[in-house]
Amino acid sequence: MAMNETGIGASILRREDARFLEGKGRFIGDIEIPGMLDVAFLRSPLAHACISFIDTPDDVADRVFTAADLSDVKLVQPASKVPGHRIVAAPPMASDRARYVGEIVAACVAPTRAEAEDLVERLAPDFEMLPVVASMDDALSENAPRLFDEWDSNVSMETGFDSGIEEIVASAPVKVTRVLDMARQAMVPLEGKGVVAFWNERDDQLVVYSSTQSPHQIRTALCEALGLQQRQIRVIAPDVGGGFGYKAILHPEEIIVAALALKTGRPLRWLEDRFEHLTAGANAREHRYEMTAYADDRGRVLAIDAKLTTDGGAYSVWPHTNGFDAIQASGILTGPYDIGGYRVRTQTVVTNKPPLSPYRAVARPGACFAIECTMDAVARAVGRDPAEVRLDNLVKPEAMPYKAITGKEYDSGDYPACLRRAMEMVAEGPKTPAPGRLLGTGYAIYTEHTAVSTSTISHIGIPMMPGFEQAAALMQPDGSLELRVGVQSHGQGMETTMAQIANQVLGIEPDRVVLRHGDTGLSPFSTGTYASRAIVMTGGAVAAACDKIAVKLREIAAHLMQCQPSAVRLENGLLKGPSATMTIAEAAETWHFRPYELPEDVLRDGLEVTGGYRPDGDKGPFAYAAHAATVSVDPELGTVELLDYVAVDDCGTRVNPMIVDGQVLGGVVQGIGTGLFEESPFDDQGQPLATTFADYLLPTAAETPMIRLDHSETQSPYTRFGVKGVGEGGAIAPPAAVVNAINDALRPLGAELCAVPATPQRVLRAIFVAEDRAKADMETSQ
Amino acid sequence: MKAPPLEFHKPDTVEAAIAVLADSGGSARILAGGQSLVPMLNLRVAYAKTLVDIGAIRELAAIEDAGGYIRLGAGVSHARIEDGEADGHCSGMLRHVARNIAYRAVRNRGTVGGSLAHADPAADWPVAMIALGADVEVSGSNGNRKLSVEEFMVDVFTTALQEDEILTGICVPKASPDLLWSFQKMRKKSGAFGEAIAAVVHDPESGFCRVVAGSSAIGGPHRLAVLETALQEGAVDDGAIQDALTQTIGSLGRYEMQIHTVCLRRAIEEVRT
Repeated sequence: MAMNETGIGASILRREDARFLEGKGRFIGDIEIPGMLDVAFLRSPLAHACISFIDTPDDVADRVFTAADLSDVKLVQPASKVPGHRIVAAPPMASDRARYVGEIVAACVAPTRAEAEDLVERLAPDFEMLPVVASMDDALSENAPRLFDEWDSNVSMETGFDSGIEEIVASAPVKVTRVLDMARQAMVPLEGKGVVAFWNERDDQLVVYSSTQSPHQIRTALCEALGLQQRQIRVIAPDVGGGFGYKAILHPEEIIVAALALKTGRPLRWLEDRFEHLTAGANAREHRYEMTAYADDRGRVLAIDAKLTTDGGAYSVWPHTNGFDAIQASGILTGPYDIGGYRVRTQTVVTNKPPLSPYRAVARPGACFAIECTMDAVARAVGRDPAEVRLDNLVKPEAMPYKAITGKEYDSGDYPACLRRAMEMVAEGPKTPAPGRLLGTGYAIYTEHTAVSTSTISHIGIPMMPGFEQAAALMQPDGSLELRVGVQSHGQGMETTMAQIANQVLGIEPDRVVLRHGDTGLSPFSTGTYASRAIVMTGGAVAAACDKIAVKLREIAAHLMQCQPSAVRLENGLLKGPSATMTIAEAAETWHFRPYELPEDVLRDGLEVTGGYRPDGDKGPFAYAAHAATVSVDPELGTVELLDYVAVDDCGTRVNPMIVDGQVLGGVVQGIGTGLFEESPFDDQGQPLATTFADYLLPTAAETPMIRLDHSETQSPYTRFGVKGVGEGGAIAPPAAVVNAINDALRPLGAELCAVPATPQRVLRAIFVAEDRAKADMETSQ
Repeated sequence: MKAPPLEFHKPDTVEAAIAVLADSGGSARILAGGQSLVPMLNLRVAYAKTLVDIGAIRELAAIEDAGGYIRLGAGVSHARIEDGEADGHCSGMLRHVARNIAYRAVRNRGTVGGSLAHADPAADWPVAMIALGADVEVSGSNGNRKLSVEEFMVDVFTTALQEDEILTGICVPKASPDLLWSFQKMRKKSGAFGEAIAAVVHDPESGFCRVVAGSSAIGGPHRLAVLETALQEGAVDDGAIQDALTQTIGSLGRYEMQIHTVCLRRAIEEVRT
């Protein structure tokens, strides 16, 4: 593949940045429609309650709406093919029973948000408190209250897999068991969720602006809810300030605002505020892994036996259901390792908390945390260096493509080389703790199935199937190019990278390419931006569309040059024949403005095409990375300072290395948040305790060391240009790397931490446990 | 997250502010930097019919050398102290405390007086000012009065201010150039409230000595007088600190006991060496 200055492999500056840096981005909150009203919601203050009555003052009755006003809205059902999976879709508004704090009970409409909130305050709802299921332990306890009266337990889904490990269990010399917990989190995109909806009479369309990653999916769901044809709804995602999965699900507010816009005939708007996000949106990551590793006495892992419990919250989100985390985690729990035996059971329980939703990398940070902390525990058990034990267990490059025991096919890569590079880099980092502090280094390595494919999802049966991805390429009369894609770029830099791909195929300057995205009214169908898929899928589709344009341009040029199309080469944006050269613009102008220069029957379909793509054999490529962290722990206060962080990743061909760096850095910082700070605790009555940024702590520049990156590029054999996805990867390894580093530091104290975030309280608790054990041991020995 | 309707006043004298407070019958709140009050109003967990913005009262923004003490106007921002406007006193302690409050954006607007009057048990200034033996000046319909910060901080989120009174200034006694101090704040990350705060001030010349701890867990700033004596007599061990905490505050969980003990011990050690 030829490398040119602005094509694939070039770190050109992001073309979208100018408008963002100048404050000229156009987000949901910037949209003004004449006559628009604001919506505020009455949300349940109780985690589990019967709603008997909502007293609405007479003078505002026409501005207050409850579930009764939405009786003609159809419930949008997620689906699952997992046997026995019990799914309850979230109703847009609770009618008789609320099942988490923040669940919507009524909507109030007013000229401003403040006035709408004043209306909310005037409502006098009558709630009757019900017993609360506030945790997965609560959910599974004997005589637990039930979220759903017709269920015989609070278990929503159970899955399992067993390769047959009894022989290993009976004979393995080393057995290590750990219980590893990931706390519940909120996703906290910089821009909250938001919706604007109004009816456009001329187009016979409901126009819905939504801060979403998946406009076509939202359109599908809204059509189902509102009984409209798909042509009758246009969903537009304007500039979106981060998604992370939070905006890849259907939100009840989208349905309510759309339905009420139809009902009232007025443009309506709802903008999520931070309080709403941190309470009703506290919906990610809550997993518990009970891991047992069987190994030989050198730490070569022979089998993993795992039990995974996830706190699914109250309902199933559309389209993923509450089971997505458990299914994904159990499918990748053996990580990048060559492990011959695997048994897993998963249990997804319902609780009185917001519905579990997929957050950047979905269950991979949890699965990586589980296997990587277990790997360290195995190394401790056999008295070897954790990195060395990993090297012995990793899939070897010569084994690629490697079929894992989970059935996944790892397509390409050199995992040991990646880890060795991270070891080298971290060895050069800071190694001097302050007096009284303990120093530790930890590793984590993962492999990630990016651009997940039809065949990966189809057996789960959720109502969102990524098939072929499409892109439209519209060559303009002046030779500039408009690309239209159904994915949405909300930080990925696609306005730049898709132009680079067009440049790679056509030689057209990126400045002469524009990407239109996130608008069902403009683009071919797409399931949206998620699962680290856009550069693989949409990139492939853009290339396919540009290929078609290239054929057409060569045909035009061949006529004008009086030669065969096969004799015309497209190089650096020029059409070169045996005896002449012309520009793309000249060819495009000829077709549009001087058709008389071409034979009558040439290119009836012109220069506007749609290209489609999916990887060869429907295989999603596996990207991978090794991370290493060095921490300094204050063993008296439990505080952790991150001194050094190294990430070595391989996402195949990098279309724009600078953007890849940005993706990795952003992901790592989010992962550091998961590892050290971010947590949405609930009390035993299901009340959220972190409701503002005073309590929900995010990593900032002050907590983040200079993150050092390196890359290798192992091209995927299955994808166009050999690319692999990279959007989620950075967030996968940090919780594991950070906790392994802390445990390395705590080793002299005999303490070990098995939960994130590693807050001072958790670190000290681990130290207390070790102290108490040492004391008890001493007493016993006396 | 929008406040309900309220009446807004922005007087330019203390007298005018007091008049509004006196008229409101207890339904008014004073708005200083607004870094706590405004979010609380927006979240509708605090209510005010009337807001009295004191940002235009120039005398509240003054920093003066008043002879035996330095007087900080109640409206002086944390940022001004961080930037050195009150330097030359207390051997840099004021600047150190200011610089470690929340984030610069908060420090630009937040004020010393606002912090004391809000009386958040995890706030920095109440702990620091008690440790420095500072007084506050208060004006109201019935005239002016002066009381110690210790007396001023009545309880969690509760001060000695009457409904028609306003905190106008903080008087920090001048110390000898040999003043020893330590301010230890343990927090979960930069910018966060302290999980445990300990302040120790010792002026060997005058014999003035204060040991103060603060946090939400222990319900506000508490002087630990036993440790003040012990500190001047010799080394203080963890057992003595734990006893002092238990006596003053009551029983604490193991984590809370540990972090407060360690912060106090480190503060005491820093002052003693």
